[in-house]
This record gives sequence, C-alpha cells and structure tokens, in this order.
Amino acid sequence: MTGFILRRLGESLLAVWGVVTIVFFVTRVLGDPAALLLPIGASPADIAQLRSQLGLDQPLIVQYGQFLLHAVQGDFGMSFQHSRPAMQVVLERLPATALLAFTAIAFGLIIGGIAGSVAALKRGRAIELVVMAVALLGQATPVFWLGIMLILFFGVNMGWLPTGGYGSWQNLVLPAFTLAVFVSASIARLLRSSMLEILKEDYIRTAKAKGLLRSTVFFWHVARNALIPVVTMTAILTGELLGGSVVTETVFSWPGIGRLIIQAIEAKDFPVIQAGITLIATIFVLINFLVDLLYGILDPRIRARR
Amino acid sequence: MKHFFRDLCRSKAGLFGAVLLAIIVLLALFAPLLHLPDPTRGDLRARLAGPTWSGLFSPGAHPLGTDEVGRDILSRLIHGSRMTLMVASTAVVLGGIVGTFLGILAGYKGGLVDRILMRLVDIQLAIPLMLLALLVVAALGPSITNVVLVLALTSWIRYARIIRAQVLSLREREFVQSARAIGASTLRIMFLHILPNVLTPALVVGTLELARVIIMDAALSFLGLGVQPPTPSWGRMLADGRVYLSSAWWTVTFPGLAIVLTVLSVNLFGDWLRDYFDPKTRSAK
Repeated sequence: MTGFILRRLGESLLAVWGVVTIVFFVTRVLGDPAALLLPIGASPADIAQLRSQLGLDQPLIVQYGQFLLHAVQGDFGMSFQHSRPAMQVVLERLPATALLAFTAIAFGLIIGGIAGSVAALKRGRAIELVVMAVALLGQATPVFWLGIMLILFFGVNMGWLPTGGYGSWQNLVLPAFTLAVFVSASIARLLRSSMLEILKEDYIRTAKAKGLLRSTVFFWHVARNALIPVVTMTAILTGELLGGSVVTETVFSWPGIGRLIIQAIEAKDFPVIQAGITLIATIFVLINFLVDLLYGILDPRIRARR
Repeated sequence: MKHFFRDLCRSKAGLFGAVLLAIIVLLALFAPLLHLPDPTRGDLRARLAGPTWSGLFSPGAHPLGTDEVGRDILSRLIHGSRMTLMVASTAVVLGGIVGTFLGILAGYKGGLVDRILMRLVDIQLAIPLMLLALLVVAALGPSITNVVLVLALTSWIRYARIIRAQVLSLREREFVQSARAIGASTLRIMFLHILPNVLTPALVVGTLELARVIIMDAALSFLGLGVQPPTPSWGRMLADGRVYLSSAWWTVTFPGLAIVLTVLSVNLFGDWLRDYFDPKTRSAK
C-alpha cells in the first residue's frame, strides 16, 4: 500500500508540474505584459525598462526556471489589475467557489442518489421512465441556459429570488440549483446502471434467499457496491465545479474563481491566470489522489490487487 | 445494415434521437433553399418583435420573434446550426483521429510511449476543460479554426483512453500474435490489424463526444470567444438576448431549446449506438 501511495503521489506532482508548465507557455503567447501595463503611447525606452524590471528580457528558459522557483513557494507575482499578490487575489475567491461547488454537489448527490436508486429498483415501471427522461433532459441542457431560464422565471417573472450576486442564502439558491441539476442527472444515470449490474449478481440472490431484510440487502449489499463508480464521478464533478463553474458564475455574477479567471484572461492579467489555474489543478489532482486512497477502503478487491 | 435499422426501429429512444438528429442535419444542410429571411440583416421597425403565428407564410412573419436589431430568430437558429454542426463535427473527427492513433500507439507499444502518453492525459485532465479552452482561444484569438482546434484538443483524451484499453486486450489476441510471428511490421499491425477493430468503439465515443462538444462550443460563443459576429451562433444569441431578458423572453428561450434538442438527439442516438455494438450493456439499459 505504501508503494502505491508513493507512486500515486509522484504521478500527482508530475501532473501539477505539467499544468504549471503549459500555463506558463500559453500565457506567454497571450501578449507582452509590459506593453499592456504601460499607457498607450509609452516610449520604447519605458517599455524596455519595464521589461527588464519584470525579467521579460531574459531568455525564455531562464524566465521559466524563475517562474517555477517562485511557483513552488506559491508566489506568482503581483496581479496587474489588483496590484496585490496574485495568489492572494485567487485565494480570496476560493470560499465563494467552494460554497457553490459543495452545495451543488450535496444537493446533486441527494437528488441523483434517490432518483437513480428509485429508477433501478422500480425497473420497468412508469417512474423509471420519468426519472430517466428527466435525467437525459438535464444532461442535454447547457447550465448557462438553465441558469438564464431560472433567472427569468424565479427572478424576473416571480420576483422570488435575486437574479445574481453574493452574500445571502437567497443568492445561493439559483446557481446551486442550476449546477445541482447537472450533477444529479449524471449521478442518477450512472447509479442506476451500476445498481442494475449489481442486482444481477449471485450474492444479491443469496442475500435475498437467506431472508435478509430488504433494507439490509439494499444498503449493505447493493448500495455499497454500486457507489464505487459514483465516487469516481463525484470526484471528477467536484474537481470540475471547484475549477470554477466558469459560465454559471458568470451568469449569476457569482464572485468565484471561474469568473475571476475569465476576467483575468480578458484583461491579460497573467499572474492571476497562472495562480488561478495552478490552484485549481492542484485541488483537482489532490481530490483524485484522495479518491484513489478511498477506493482501497471501499473495495477490498482493489486493496488485494495492489 | 438491415439489422442495424431493424434494431433502431425497435428502440423508441434511439429512433426518436435518430429522427430528430436527421431533421436537424437536413434543415442545416438545406437552409439556403428554405427562403428564410436573411439571418444577418435586421429590420429596425421589427425590433424585438414577439413570436407570431398568424400569417405564418407571409414574407414578414417571425414565428419565433426577432432579436434586438430585428433579425428573424428562426432563420438565425437554422443558419446557426450549420456553424455549430460543422464546428462540432470537425472537432470531434479531428480529436478522434489523433486520439485513436495515440490510443493504438500507447496500447500496442506499451512501455515508455504508453507511460508518457498517459501522463499527458493526466496533466490535461487536471485542467478543467472549459478553462483550458478559454485560455487557448484567448491566446490564439477567436476564429473558427482555433475554436475547432481547441474543441479537438479537449476531445482526444477520451478516445485515447478508451482505445488504449481496447488495444491492450487486442494485442494478446491470436491474429495479432500470428501477424507478428510472420514478421509484419509494427505499423502494418497497428493500421491493418488493430485499427479496423477499434473503429466501432471510436465511433461510439465520437457520437457521445459530439454532444459534449456542441455544449462547449455554445459556452465559448456565449462567453464571446466563439465564432465571431455577424455569423449567427447559438451561444452568441443567448448572450445577446440576456440583456433583454425581462422584456423579450423569446430571444434566450429558443436558442437554448435548439441546443437542448440537438444535444438530446445526439445523446439518445449515441446511447443506442453504444448498446447496439455492445450487447453486454443492453441488458442493463
């Protein structure tokens, strides 16, 4: 197990390094920060001076080395827009993104879990058809359009909820619900097919035959095993949502990381782009690392194989 | 082929998806022949006109209403579908070619090549696809070619992973072993013996990817980084219509519905296609 943990840790670090490298070189293509920072009409001498100040006159490989050295310490330089350390600007937005992501995941898991189980257990009934049709629609609906439609109905027409912003629980309802629809649709479909697979297994028939309570069979034998693929899916979705549900945050003017990075891309605020994407990738890699460890606990077969 | 259609007709969901998709594709293909109003020319006297169904076939009718400069929404939707379908399918095919090739390479060669490619996949998976797409489009500039390239870039990994897994088991099969025994070159085995056997899974991945890529393309246009005006695009129509949300609901409702219907039809057809080629999952459906 220790060998496995170490190997996965190495792979995780490698992935983060890869992301940092890609982000560094892609942002360099975006344009010359020195020309952007100075007012229009600045003399070439001014630009040259700022370039050397920012280290932009060094060979690219030297700049890359410098960048890596600072990145390891969480230092991505000063934000051009905010004139504060870029990582600090990004970290300030993390709570808003995390709040939205976890609320959406929690509701998505509850709704999707119940819907998926019902669909699997009531196989062939009308309720299965309804659940699956709604889930399919949910997966086909772009989140930004669903968000706009919810704003139109609950915000504009009914006036029950705010159309955007941040601060109170009312602000959270619509964006969280928008994302929860997407999450629960994926979870419901996955859980259903995973449960149907397991309901066919011999050990379920044995469990029923020896007269166990239906609830015992469901929770102890079916649900526990059917949850394994759901855990993977949840990890991926959590990563995606923590990565800033870019469009949802934009639609609802939610001050999260996704919206911050979009604004930074528009303003060519390189330090914030680099810090933001690095942070997101690190969180994503970390979650996947933890999930892999969790597998060992959930599924003894995997533990044995390693 | 006969069996294919018989099976399709037996699945209600698959048939519904296939028919809907066929209608959407036909409308897109024959849009210039439909005598629709010019999708890029507005009529300022008819700004933000609501949907009207009276006098449907008269020249000035706008069955789905008009947008903020008086352009006919139905016409823009149909013309927009041409761009969406072209961009999405090119991206999926491009991603499919690259992903399938790399998947075969990684699966068949194994060793260092495999390890490097799989680490690359890991790295790319660690960046949310939307952010990666935004960053690259911002770096290269929003043009049709760049949007296609970016969407293909987000797509290749899914092919590569699934094809690689297939190849790992194909590699040990007798026909590959015997090809190797009689001295066939690696390239010959990869293209003549393995490739034909992974085309089916690649097709299934491609169909399901098409749905994802259509949504992503719409999201990019929505954020202003997709196909540039005046070419009509669904995402852009949504973004423009948002401003008039309280007064003109039709400007955002219909483009969204167009996306939902298209994605739904592709998904339904793709799900059926997967089950058709893989009878093992059919029982679980």
